[in-house]
Amino acid sequence: MRHFIGKRAFASALSLIGLIVLVFFLSRLTGDPTALFLPLDASLESRERFRELHGLNDPIIVQFGHYVWDVLNLDFGDSIRKARPALEVVLSAFQWTLILALTTVFLVTVAAIIIGSLAAFYAGGVFDRIATFLSLIGASAPDFWIAIVAIVLFSVNLGWLPTSGTGTIWHWVMPIAVLFIRPFGLALQVVRGSMITALSSAYVKTARAKGVKASPIIFVHALRNALLPVITVIGDLAAGMLNGAVVVETIFGFPGVGKLMIDSILQRDFTVVLAAIMVSAMAIFLMNLLIDIAYSVLDPRIRY
Amino acid sequence: MTDTDQIPDKALEKEPNAFAQMMRMLWHDKVALVAVIFLIIVAFCAIFGPWLLDAAATKQNLRGRNSPPFDMAKGWLFVLGGDALGRPLFARIIVAASNTIMVATGAVLCSMVIGSTLGLIAGYTKTRASQIILRLADVIMSFPSLLLAVIVLYMLSPSVTNIIIVLAITRIPIYLRTTRAEVLEIRERMFVQAARVMGASDMRIIFRHILPVVFPTLLTIATLDFAFVMLAESALSFLGIGIQPPEITWGLMVSQGRPYLTNAWWLSFWPGLAIILTTLSLNLVSNWMRIALDPVQRWRLEIKGKKQ
Repeated sequence: MRHFIGKRAFASALSLIGLIVLVFFLSRLTGDPTALFLPLDASLESRERFRELHGLNDPIIVQFGHYVWDVLNLDFGDSIRKARPALEVVLSAFQWTLILALTTVFLVTVAAIIIGSLAAFYAGGVFDRIATFLSLIGASAPDFWIAIVAIVLFSVNLGWLPTSGTGTIWHWVMPIAVLFIRPFGLALQVVRGSMITALSSAYVKTARAKGVKASPIIFVHALRNALLPVITVIGDLAAGMLNGAVVVETIFGFPGVGKLMIDSILQRDFTVVLAAIMVSAMAIFLMNLLIDIAYSVLDPRIRY
Repeated sequence: MTDTDQIPDKALEKEPNAFAQMMRMLWHDKVALVAVIFLIIVAFCAIFGPWLLDAAATKQNLRGRNSPPFDMAKGWLFVLGGDALGRPLFARIIVAASNTIMVATGAVLCSMVIGSTLGLIAGYTKTRASQIILRLADVIMSFPSLLLAVIVLYMLSPSVTNIIIVLAITRIPIYLRTTRAEVLEIRERMFVQAARVMGASDMRIIFRHILPVVFPTLLTIATLDFAFVMLAESALSFLGIGIQPPEITWGLMVSQGRPYLTNAWWLSFWPGLAIILTTLSLNLVSNWMRIALDPVQRWRLEIKGKKQ
């Protein structure tokens, strides 16, 4: 197990380094930050001071060396835009995303497993057809469009829910609901597919022949064996969400890491972008590890 | 005369095994049939739309700003209403289909060809190259495609070509991994070993024996992926980092209608509906293909056909 974690960590670190090099050098290609941050009529001296202050005068390789050294000392630099440590900015945004992502993933998992299992049990029936069709629509829906339509319907016309921001529990309803739809559609299809396979296996037939009731067959006998592919899919979806649901956070003005990243890219605040990439890469690494552990708990044959 | 008549007849007689059989299965699955017809209409709009309706779609008419839908007074092009500059939404949706479909087609084709080629190499050979290919795929997979696309597109300029390239790169690992996994299994099968014993070259084995077995899976994934890429492109355009005006895509149209949400919902609603219907059709066709192209499961569709 320890060997496995080490191997995983090495692979993740390698991809992270590649990514940081890519972003760092691409970001320096987009132009001089002084032009963006200082007013148009800033004097040459103050421009020079700004460059000196943020180390923009050094050759790019030297800048990169400084950056890597600082990161190794756990100093992620300051956000130019907010004049606060970049890590602090990212972490405060990340906690919002974390709550949003965890709640949504939890709801998706529970709903997809229950509805998907029942659909598989009554495969071909009315319930199955309705569930399959709804899940297909869910998997096909563009989230930005759903979000807009939801705002028009529930905020503008009915006035039930706030349009954006945070504060009360009602502010969470629409972001979670919109974020829920697509993963739910995808996960439901996977649950249904793998449950149909599990339910047609020999041990389920034996259980039925013994006279075991429907609900223990579905949720005890078959589900445990059907869960592996489900966990893979849900893990992928959760990884996507941990990086911030860019679109949903932007539309609902939700102060998560996705919105932070988009804003920082648009404002060329690249220390924040790099810090955000590293924090979410860490989170994704931990989550993938959890998924692998879940595998070996569910299926004792899997050993690392 | 007789010669020209006979040739198509012969071609038809040969085909009942593959093409006609597929058509029959499609005919009996009415939902998939409707989806396929819808996709053909979309493809038709994408190819001929700009050519037929470009003038109508770009002609501004400020007196018809945000004109409501289902009002035929201005002509049939305004059946879905007008946009903020008085351009008919119906015509614009048809013209926008072109860019939307072009980006998705380009990205899917590129990623499928490159991904499956690399997958064939990585699965068939055991050299160091295949290890490197797999690691590269891991690197791409470990970062969410949308965010990667945002970063790269912001730093390069957002043009149709760049969007296709970025989306293609982010989708390559899907094909690569699937192809590799299948090749690893097929490589050990009897018919491949027989071919090898008979002295077939590696190229021949890969393209004549392995690829045909993998291809149906790739086609199913590509259909599903087409929907994914379309959604990704729409989201990018919606965020303002994708296709730039005056070019239009469905995602951009949704975004352009956003400021008028409260008084003219139709600006955003119709293009979004176009997206959802197209992706839904793609999903339905992919579902159908998964069964129809799988010799083990095909009987489900064939039996259903005989009952009716």
